[in-house]
Amino acid sequence: MDIGVPKESHAGERRVALTPETARHIQKLGHSLRVESGAGEAASISDQAYKDAGVEVLDDVKSLYQQSDLILKVRAPGRHPTLGNEVDLFKEGTTLASFVWPAQNEALMSELAARKLTVLALDSVPRISRAQKLDALSSMANIAGYRAVVEAANHFGRFFTGQVTAAGKVPPAKVMVIGAGVAGLAAIGAAKGMGAIVRAFDTRPEVKEQVESMGAEFLEFDYEEDDDAAGEGGYAKVMSKAFIDAEMAMFREQAKEVDIIITTALIPGRPAPELITTDMVESMKPGSVIVDLAAEQGGNCKLTKANEVTKHGDVTLIGYTDLPSRLAAQSSQLYGTNLRHLLTDLTPEKDGVIDVNMEDEVIRGATVIKAGEITWPPPAPKLSAAPKPVAAAPDAAAMQKAAEEVKPSGVKTLIGIGIGVLAVLALGRVAPADFMSHFTVFVLACFIGYQVIWNVSPSLHTPLMSVTNAISGIIVVGALLQVSSGSGFVTFLAATAILIASINIVGGFLVTQRMLKMFRK
Amino acid sequence: MNQGMVTAAYIIAAILFILSLAGLSNQETARRGNMFGIAGMAIAIFATIFGADVTSYVWLIIMMAIGGCIGAVLASRVQMTEMPELVAILHSFVGMAAVLVGFASYLDPDSHLEGAAGTIHNVEIYLGILIGALTFTGSVVAFGKLNGKIGSQPLMLPNRHLLNIGIGVVCLILLFVFIGVGKGAGTAILVLMTLLAFAFGVHMVMAIGGADMPVVISMLNSYSGWAAAATGFMLSNDLLIVVGALVGSSGAILSYIMCRAMNRKFLSVIMGGFGNAPASVAGDDGEEQGEAVPISADEVAQLCKDAGSVVIVPGYGMAVAHAQHPVSELTTQLTKAGVDVKFAIHPVAGRMPGHMNVLLAEANVPYDLVLEMDEINDELGDVDVVIVIGANDIVNPSALDNPNSPIAGMPVLEVWNAKQVIVSKRGMATGYAGVENPLFFKENTRMLFGDAKDSVNGILGAL
Repeated sequence: MDIGVPKESHAGERRVALTPETARHIQKLGHSLRVESGAGEAASISDQAYKDAGVEVLDDVKSLYQQSDLILKVRAPGRHPTLGNEVDLFKEGTTLASFVWPAQNEALMSELAARKLTVLALDSVPRISRAQKLDALSSMANIAGYRAVVEAANHFGRFFTGQVTAAGKVPPAKVMVIGAGVAGLAAIGAAKGMGAIVRAFDTRPEVKEQVESMGAEFLEFDYEEDDDAAGEGGYAKVMSKAFIDAEMAMFREQAKEVDIIITTALIPGRPAPELITTDMVESMKPGSVIVDLAAEQGGNCKLTKANEVTKHGDVTLIGYTDLPSRLAAQSSQLYGTNLRHLLTDLTPEKDGVIDVNMEDEVIRGATVIKAGEITWPPPAPKLSAAPKPVAAAPDAAAMQKAAEEVKPSGVKTLIGIGIGVLAVLALGRVAPADFMSHFTVFVLACFIGYQVIWNVSPSLHTPLMSVTNAISGIIVVGALLQVSSGSGFVTFLAATAILIASINIVGGFLVTQRMLKMFRK
Repeated sequence: MNQGMVTAAYIIAAILFILSLAGLSNQETARRGNMFGIAGMAIAIFATIFGADVTSYVWLIIMMAIGGCIGAVLASRVQMTEMPELVAILHSFVGMAAVLVGFASYLDPDSHLEGAAGTIHNVEIYLGILIGALTFTGSVVAFGKLNGKIGSQPLMLPNRHLLNIGIGVVCLILLFVFIGVGKGAGTAILVLMTLLAFAFGVHMVMAIGGADMPVVISMLNSYSGWAAAATGFMLSNDLLIVVGALVGSSGAILSYIMCRAMNRKFLSVIMGGFGNAPASVAGDDGEEQGEAVPISADEVAQLCKDAGSVVIVPGYGMAVAHAQHPVSELTTQLTKAGVDVKFAIHPVAGRMPGHMNVLLAEANVPYDLVLEMDEINDELGDVDVVIVIGANDIVNPSALDNPNSPIAGMPVLEVWNAKQVIVSKRGMATGYAGVENPLFFKENTRMLFGDAKDSVNGILGAL
């Protein structure tokens, strides 16, 4: 399939949907690639770099659109500075993969549908474990969180880290992060990495562990919400009035104390909740900074202005909405990789033929328009990602795994334990004390065995068997104790047992030794 | 030595045994672990011999000397491919020793336990002999099967489950009778029960097919541990109990790991009968048949030379053909030629846990080249050439994509994702599971027919 990547036309957009690295992978799927000249310039990718990766570089956007069956973009099509509406550049029946935001862009959706396009919206990829590798929202949020800290540091007149110098003591900056989603966790990680004291709050108590794993303190207050705060798709949901009052009281306390507030609280499809009120801003120390990642949806603080840095008294309010674009090289690489994974899923045969398989839950979710027909919103996903919101970078995989390993087995386990306890008690009732003391040793030894054996490397299982063979020859001790018995027959039995157990001991240990000698690096 | 010192020595021995097993957690500490084991055993034996209970040394020394010599000879002569047999026969010795010690303990005129203590003692003797006896015959049969002296096909007696349950019930009834009677009748009952347990052991292992051998071996390993633990209870000896429990849980965990690697339930393995019925199933979905494309050793050599990375998947066929040394040589040559060579080991490859690792180690393949299935499965897609040597079921794609296959759901090495797969095999016969292998008919698969050793030597010659 011919894939085209135009330069982003939105003012100030520095990202690009293709990097030389992802290009190499996409070509392996059987696709051919062309890119508009200068598309990667703002993300520090030269035309030559694309050419070296085997990508054709075209000067003319129009012919790029005409020659492509699939267009990869970052932003949804909009006004091109010179060519008018970008939607009109597509030839009919083309496939588009980009951010679309179908809920907010109804007019655009009908334009795209009228053009008989097939549209894959990266923002509509269902948030299930399998789709994590193409979750562009998470990768962009991760970058936004990181950049938010960098912006805050830029406007904050002090160190983040605490120091004791010859010129006096420098206290560490205190950072509060509200909302511990992907962006929040990334912000925690970045601020922590710069040496600040970081506190974080989220309405979902289950993210406490993730927050603490990033090294921040999780803020809590005494209030019991009736049900779980995690809503559909791993996002937070709207909370009750009493809860919000308690929450605001805590923020009010914190605002007096912290130097930097980073807010990331968003509930999809709603205006951002107001969490930082004007009086809180005014109570902050002079020189404090607020970074409002929800500025695009009205802001968590009413004083922030989208895309601007403003001052309210001595407090700086940052309302940039293009934070990922401000780290263009990094975000292009991550976004490009998300697109590459999408293409891998779309090209199951690796033969350059794209199959928009509506049976596949992930592809179904992403496809908002199929050949001119609007297919958004998709039916509810079979599995909610609620218990496992994607954490930032390395923690995500580990946490995911932990979450999967802990399976709810409550009742059965309890019954099992109950029966076990009763059985042991019953045994204790009839058995003499002497037996019970041996039994104690036995049970403890079983547990030690269990712990020790799980650590044995699988490649050493054969030596393990031969060494356990040898040590189970310890039964010779029993025979040794009997061989001095008065009865001739017993002596005979014991002597035979000694004979064969000795074979075991010597044979087992020697053969183990022989085997272990062979293992070399 | 007084009793306190003996007990102290036993504690030291028990700790050394635990350290010995803990040492096996990786290759660097494994040899030291074995030394700990030897030290523990030496301490335990000396403490017992010089303890108050042992007075006659003549028999003891003669028997230990003879046994030690036999063991040493066995250990130095055994071929690494025969390790499963050796392990099986050693299990049987533990079982037999448990039986003998049990009888000796029952017949010992010095022991006079009355009341509850006497009953418990008798139950311990009974159980010790029971477990020991079935470990003994079970291991002997396993030895025979591994050795080829007994066919590896499962023996399916009519009503075999009923038969097993029947033996179990009779043994239970005999236990209650045994507790109630005196020494004379008691001995007769013990003998009768021992014979029944012998029969049970034979029957149990006979019914299990060759593919399940890794589970059987680890299960018998576990039984030999429980037998030692039961003997420990019978003699009120904590050292025996500790060691028995260690070995028992070790074997149990190994059985569990092996079952998981085959996606089988432990009970269904014990119930036996895996290796013969599925033949009909394979016949049912005949449409998977296709044409297997043969390849010559010269062409394989050329492929390997041109490849950037080669992964070798060994199976039991490599062990049978003693091909590990040529394979190692092949590895050396390819590595010299700048090819990245790795080994992929399925947990149940071979006839006992870790069998392939030992064979490759014997042939001087560095262990850091040898990877477990989980470590390498995801990377197989980037590999240029995979050479499967004498393996079948563990590389069978129907385990993943054919829900009706008898091995459906078993984790397998996904070798077919590699660019090219070479399968070295004697013929088109099915593996132990008796399942047709669609891998052989895949487009990127080539068959290198012949004995594994000859084939690998052929490739070496062409290189």
